Amino acid sequence: MSGKKAAPAMDRSASMKTLAKVFRVIGKYRLLLLLSVLLAAATVVLQLYVPILFGDAIDLIVGPGNVRFAQIGEILIRILVLILISAFTGWLMNMINNHLAFRTVRDIRARAVRRLQVLPLSYLDKHSAGDIVQRVIADTDQVSDGLLLGFTQLFSGVVTIGVTLGFMLSKNVEITLLVLVLTPVSFLVARFISSRSFRMFSRQNETRGRQTALINEMIGNEKIVKAFGHEQAASEQFRKLNEELRHYSQRAVFFSSLTNPSTRAVNNVIYALVALIGALRVMAGGLTVGGVTVLLSYANQYMKPFNDISSVITELQNALACAARVFELIEEAPETQEARAELAHQGGSVDIQDVSFSYDPARKLIEGFSFHADPGMKIAIVGPTGCGKTTFINLLMRFYDVDKGAILADGQDIRGVTRHSLRRNWGMVLQETWLKKASVRENIAFGRPDATDEEIIRAAKDAHSWEFIRRMPNGLDTLIDDDSLSQGQKQLLCITRVMLCLPPMLILDEATSSIDTRTEVLIQSAFDRMMQGRTSFIVAHRLSTIRTADQILVMRDGRIIEQGDHETLLRQNGFYTSLYQAQFAGVGEGA
Amino acid sequence: MKKLLVFMRAYKKESILAPLFKLMEAGMDLLVPLAVAAIINQGIAGEDRGVVTKYFFFLIALAILGMAFSFTAQWLAAKASVGFAAKVRQALFDHIQELSYTELDTLGADTLITRMTSDVNQVQNGVNLALRLLLRSPFIVFGAMIMAFTIDAKSAWIFLAAIFALSVVVFGIMTRSIPLFSKAQAALDRLLGGTRENLTGVRVIRAFCKEEKEIEDFDGKNEALTRMNERVGRLSALMNPATYAIISIATIVLIWKSGARVDAGSLRQGDVVALYNYMAQIVVELVKLASLIITINKALACGRRIQDMLDVRPSMEYPKENGQALAPAREESVRFEHVTFAYAGSGAAAVTNIDFSARRGQTVGIIGGTGSGKTTVANLISRFYDATEGRVLVDGQDVKAYPEGALIRKIGVVPQRAVLFEGSIRENLLWGNQNASDDELWRAIEAAQAGDVVRGKEGQLDARVEQAGRNLSGGQRQRLTIARALVKDPDILILDDAASALDFATDLKLRRAVHALAENKTVFIISQRTSSVKAADLILVLDDGRLVGKGGHDKLMRTCPVYQEIYYSQFPQERPGKEARG
Repeated sequence: MSGKKAAPAMDRSASMKTLAKVFRVIGKYRLLLLLSVLLAAATVVLQLYVPILFGDAIDLIVGPGNVRFAQIGEILIRILVLILISAFTGWLMNMINNHLAFRTVRDIRARAVRRLQVLPLSYLDKHSAGDIVQRVIADTDQVSDGLLLGFTQLFSGVVTIGVTLGFMLSKNVEITLLVLVLTPVSFLVARFISSRSFRMFSRQNETRGRQTALINEMIGNEKIVKAFGHEQAASEQFRKLNEELRHYSQRAVFFSSLTNPSTRAVNNVIYALVALIGALRVMAGGLTVGGVTVLLSYANQYMKPFNDISSVITELQNALACAARVFELIEEAPETQEARAELAHQGGSVDIQDVSFSYDPARKLIEGFSFHADPGMKIAIVGPTGCGKTTFINLLMRFYDVDKGAILADGQDIRGVTRHSLRRNWGMVLQETWLKKASVRENIAFGRPDATDEEIIRAAKDAHSWEFIRRMPNGLDTLIDDDSLSQGQKQLLCITRVMLCLPPMLILDEATSSIDTRTEVLIQSAFDRMMQGRTSFIVAHRLSTIRTADQILVMRDGRIIEQGDHETLLRQNGFYTSLYQAQFAGVGEGA
Repeated sequence: MKKLLVFMRAYKKESILAPLFKLMEAGMDLLVPLAVAAIINQGIAGEDRGVVTKYFFFLIALAILGMAFSFTAQWLAAKASVGFAAKVRQALFDHIQELSYTELDTLGADTLITRMTSDVNQVQNGVNLALRLLLRSPFIVFGAMIMAFTIDAKSAWIFLAAIFALSVVVFGIMTRSIPLFSKAQAALDRLLGGTRENLTGVRVIRAFCKEEKEIEDFDGKNEALTRMNERVGRLSALMNPATYAIISIATIVLIWKSGARVDAGSLRQGDVVALYNYMAQIVVELVKLASLIITINKALACGRRIQDMLDVRPSMEYPKENGQALAPAREESVRFEHVTFAYAGSGAAAVTNIDFSARRGQTVGIIGGTGSGKTTVANLISRFYDATEGRVLVDGQDVKAYPEGALIRKIGVVPQRAVLFEGSIRENLLWGNQNASDDELWRAIEAAQAGDVVRGKEGQLDARVEQAGRNLSGGQRQRLTIARALVKDPDILILDDAASALDFATDLKLRRAVHALAENKTVFIISQRTSSVKAADLILVLDDGRLVGKGGHDKLMRTCPVYQEIYYSQFPQERPGKEARG
């Protein structure tokens, strides 16, 4: 796709395609849409016709003794009926538009969230969560506001202009032409002003962006600012930027607020001209006073649909760009097709056969990786940051598919079985903790919603999280979110979550990195009990936690450079040995 | 909100003149129907072209004057509202600089940032609109009514009735929908949170095969939001048709009644047209007024939130700068006398009865499990928090006796979270000491084991650090934050788990370098690794906020079971019974 972020001026065919997609989404509401358009037309025509009737009525009020009450009464009753009808159609149209807009948004969001569940991790890792949330929430709103409501507004605007012209022509051709010729002047004025204010606006936005960044940085890290006594320097830095922003903002706000008074002034001049020429025509006998009233009220209203349309068009362009972003997400290719077969668990052997993988074809990561794990083995992976440890886990869980080679679980290629059946066999605890905004109970029972409280408490005791859960205000029912717990407590809950599931195989990626070593030892023994006869892969920073592993894989730059158990590796006196010894040396010794 | 008005004082003139000019503009608008009536009554009825032309130029003059008044008003309003917002923002920023850690904890950075950005912008918007329109709309509504009374008092009661009915409808709908709006907003926030959770937790959700459940949850929130939106929509769908019907019915009555008045000779045709025009002006302004009130309501809520921030008083008090010299560095550098501390809003104490003394030049290790109170002890030395009980002394003087900023000059802190700021590496390091020379910077960099990092960057000391240092790795950032503290050349250096992102080998080199540099400094090393604190002169062992052991490594290995346990959990092969070792 050309240009991922749809530029405001998308090329025409792309816009049309996006529009077609939007209409396909609206498709099931097309009868309602049609009805809304018809109601809009009816409302507009009725509301524009009423001033003519008022004009007619005024014409019948000429002077003392010259007021034809019977005819006026007739006209007024007609007006009353028309008003009631148009108020009703207007109300109905609003209701239908609401329904349309909110349902369409709901439908698009429902589609988006379904797609999110099947998008490949490669897509989700590349796009920030903020960007995708923006598409699902804000962009979708924009699509409904801009496209759907914009469309009805555009339609009624066009109808208004057409009908107004028709009615005006029926009253007086000359004045209608005058209005028609002068209208563009107010556009020119508006455009002149907006081009001036645009420059000020972009300066304002640029400065505001810098200021927001500074605020995020300083206030977000206020404790460090205070720890270095940097408060006054920060205030001074902020003051300069704030002054700059004030300067541009005042001008931007001023210029942008000129558009309305200017177009209103042009409009007022047109109004005066209509009054002048209208009055002269009445004297010449070609027009009635009621007619002038009608023309004046039209002249007043005539600009409004033009202003509406021009703002609707910018809105529409914006909405189309947003729609393109939403559809890009919804139509992104999902993960490769699921295989039919289920993984049949037998013991839990894992075979890595000559696997190569990289996120970016230009930068090689894992190359020719082979390894065999017998059922029940405990395998530890160590190595410096960026050596491919976490990538290896992404491959085991099939978050990513290998580029070359194959991974076999219990003798079956993991690409030949359903992802669910593969993942149900693995229990996973990652360094990055994630908990739902829900109760402690729901979080622990995430993998087994049917677990009883006894089972949950037992798992919590095993994982040593029961101590702090018990002390929380509502125990298992306490609502938690990402901010309400310490990193260590969150890790304990993630471990509890896996303990409850008792999966046949286990992946621990720095699972205890934020937990103090004493508790870690206790958890480790719980893991050991739990993993009796189960295959497990452990990535760890602290070498002490991996000494008991059956096999240790020492990775560097995507390759296994050393392999064996702790004793063997120490005897080799290689990279592993140097990593291991570093933690024993104190300050006083050596050097 | 009232107190925020102080910041308006500098723009008093503008904020009086802006609405005034706006009113003059509205006055021009109100004169238009009168001119048109004159054209009809005097010009057309009297067949007088001169009068028609005269009033035409009068209308043109009204248009031009109206524009001029309006431009002036817009400029004054822009100047006042933007200037006001700028002052509020600065005051808020300065105020936050004065808050202590306790307030920062309770308020939270996210809240403060929202107050400074979107809330202030909302207030600016509200003030700007209020200055321009708040007086204008009621002025036109009531002006039109008064004008109607001057034309024909008998017909004008229809205006009164219409305005009353319109107000009931407009403000009735508004007051009912405002609470619904905030409910809809809350429903939207929940949906947004749900979406975000789906993305941040994608690995866990898929690992546990919970995709279907997540869709179900989302659908529930989605449906709730849609229903809420439709409820709000049903109300606002009434607004336009209802106001239109009311004003049109009023016009019908007006025409009928004024017909009778014209028939009786007490009113002329042109006056009827004028009354009709005034009626049209009212409805436009009332609807504007309603949307204006919603905006102003939002701005007021934001203003109140800002005011609440400004009302938060810093809980820490400092003695006045008394001209006395700083307490000179003494033999006894840091002393805790039975210190107990509880964080605000937390029932249990974070640390209890901590008592120790550290001499100048000593290295003090603080070790303990997650949440045992290590960082709290460090924060009490720098007086980021005030002890609830007991005293903390630095260089023999109670920390509360130091004037503001004086204590912090003695102390260099390397916090757990390694944060750098946008700017050059040099600018970042100068946070420690504005007057440091490049030589001094390099010395600190080398000691912090960051020499390779800085040399590897283009421009070296002038290399750009992006916001929050995101163009550096965690380990690189950590070493630079250590250098930043070393540049300060402080009497007391606190390393709070400052080496957690470093591998053991680099950690060791770092400790040796700091040791060599810190001959006359008191160094606090907080760590979970016994290897990091083993060589310290004094080790404080914390367990659940209590000091359960203090002394050297050898002593603690003999006397402190908690320390032994931590040690053996990290060096299991040394556990007695497994291998006999001294």
